[in-house]
Amino acid sequence: MITLQNINKTFRVAKRQAGFGRAVKALFSHEYEIIHALSDISFVIGDGEMVGYIGPNGAGKSTTIKIMCGILTPDSGVCEIDGRTPWKERIAHVREIGVVFGQRSQLWWDVPIIDSFELIRDIYKVDEKLFKNNLDELTELLDLAELLKTPTRSLSLGQRMRCEIAASLLHSPRILFLDEPTIGLDAVSKIAIRQFIKKLNTERGTTVILATHDMQDIEALAERILLIGKGKILLDGGLDELKKRSSEHKTLVIKYSGNAPEICEGMAQSEAKEGRLVIALDPAVLSVSDAIAHLASQTEIIDVSVSGVSAEEMVAALYKEYQI
Amino acid sequence: MKKYLALFRIRFANALQYRTAALAGIATQFSWGLMEIFAFSAFYRANPDAFPMEFSQTVSYIWMQQAFLALFMMWFWENDIAAAITEGSIAYEMVRPIDLYSLWFCQSAANRLARAILRCAPVLIVALFVPEPFQMTLPPNARQLFLFLLSAVLSLGVVVSFSMLMYISLFYTLSPMGVRIIVAVLSDFLAGATIPLPFFPEPIRAVVELLPFASMQNMPLRIYSGNIAGVEVLRGIVLQVFWLVVLTLIGRIAMGSALKKVIVQGG
Repeated sequence: MITLQNINKTFRVAKRQAGFGRAVKALFSHEYEIIHALSDISFVIGDGEMVGYIGPNGAGKSTTIKIMCGILTPDSGVCEIDGRTPWKERIAHVREIGVVFGQRSQLWWDVPIIDSFELIRDIYKVDEKLFKNNLDELTELLDLAELLKTPTRSLSLGQRMRCEIAASLLHSPRILFLDEPTIGLDAVSKIAIRQFIKKLNTERGTTVILATHDMQDIEALAERILLIGKGKILLDGGLDELKKRSSEHKTLVIKYSGNAPEICEGMAQSEAKEGRLVIALDPAVLSVSDAIAHLASQTEIIDVSVSGVSAEEMVAALYKEYQI
Repeated sequence: MKKYLALFRIRFANALQYRTAALAGIATQFSWGLMEIFAFSAFYRANPDAFPMEFSQTVSYIWMQQAFLALFMMWFWENDIAAAITEGSIAYEMVRPIDLYSLWFCQSAANRLARAILRCAPVLIVALFVPEPFQMTLPPNARQLFLFLLSAVLSLGVVVSFSMLMYISLFYTLSPMGVRIIVAVLSDFLAGATIPLPFFPEPIRAVVELLPFASMQNMPLRIYSGNIAGVEVLRGIVLQVFWLVVLTLIGRIAMGSALKKVIVQGG
């Protein structure tokens, strides 16, 4: 169980204007700016939940995660994870959590992956049998067999990321923090990692907190979404709920041969090219099947696709709504 | 304890990988040692009685210094630790259930020891077989050898705990260059890396011998060469223990307060 109450965190950042003159001036007097990275962040996450943590760049996602990992100390507020305050009981706390920072590496650069894994085993004092089970399972699911004997420096980004995720799970953490785990991965690796995280959540009941900009990650994994902007929690709710809230419009894309069809009430044309038409449809006015029937009666339809609002569009709409 | 051994092992394995660097290091240390001995031999020829150490002692001092350079040199810089602070990979080190000071201390000591072990043998072998006046002498008895080893271990501890203070200063300055250059020059001079401490003029020497720098390579090398013996050795070792405890305490306190204010650089 994770509880955050009125967490505040500020950073003091040295400010300097561009240019040589200003640089010389900065030698003598520094101007600082106080950045409110987090203001009054509060939320509760239950055991076994999968939560997507989203927000634009610099909104405070990583800062919150680092506080929950015990790396940063907030200025004020209460944070309790399984009865512990992370930054006060750091060593006891981090034993129970796994962390993946997508833009950093926890694997030793010059030694084979398996050496890093064994070091992690010793640091966490993982029981030999448990370690072997975890390693076998992770090797199979993340397809690591070929990689274990290779030094980290020789791996591609996607290969390394699969190893990073495995490294974070060798000690069977109860909570997994993922800070952009699919950054820079190819489609196959992304899907593999998503499936894996899902499995981890359903089979082991691991609580997963996922901070990402990849909305497909969110769509595939998160049941609940926390939206943060300018250091404040703006929304907290289910993905479907949020989607409904932003819009119920459907997008209809048709390819046709012959005359361009006329649109009728309930449709709005958003893009038209020779042989292709994109229509925004309001299902409250006109049902999808009626709309297709209407269009089909006028022209020869070759292909048709209907989609709801994507998570990407939803988030863009939310960012716009909250002006963040 | 097991985790520290494991850390030690992986650092060790890491350092063993760079064979070419080790070969280059051996060549440098061998020629440097030889040049230094030649220079001293010229001075000694002018007036052998004007020096505080016998020539054979100076020769042993220099050979051992070159053979175990990696253990004692202050200008050696642990890039991984510096990068952890200035580039933010400290984030991962802080999510390990391990005390960060011990982690870095262990890492740094392992790195130095691995380098020293990889490089010392060729220099030692050559030093034992070069012709007479330039030959390194062996310690006369097992007791002296043991005292040398004990003092060398303490010396490594003092060197690492002093380096830790430099790394911790990075939490506040971010740029290592200033601290590095000053510390490298000053500490090498005061530790007896440039010339052995007995060569310092009397009033200065008395002060310098009490500084933490004198508890670095100065102590084991002088014990080995036979320049000091008896009560002086005991006093030196007690001083080493003192500085090791003090520097480690300062380091732990400074680190504790730095970590409360830690900022992870680079997001």
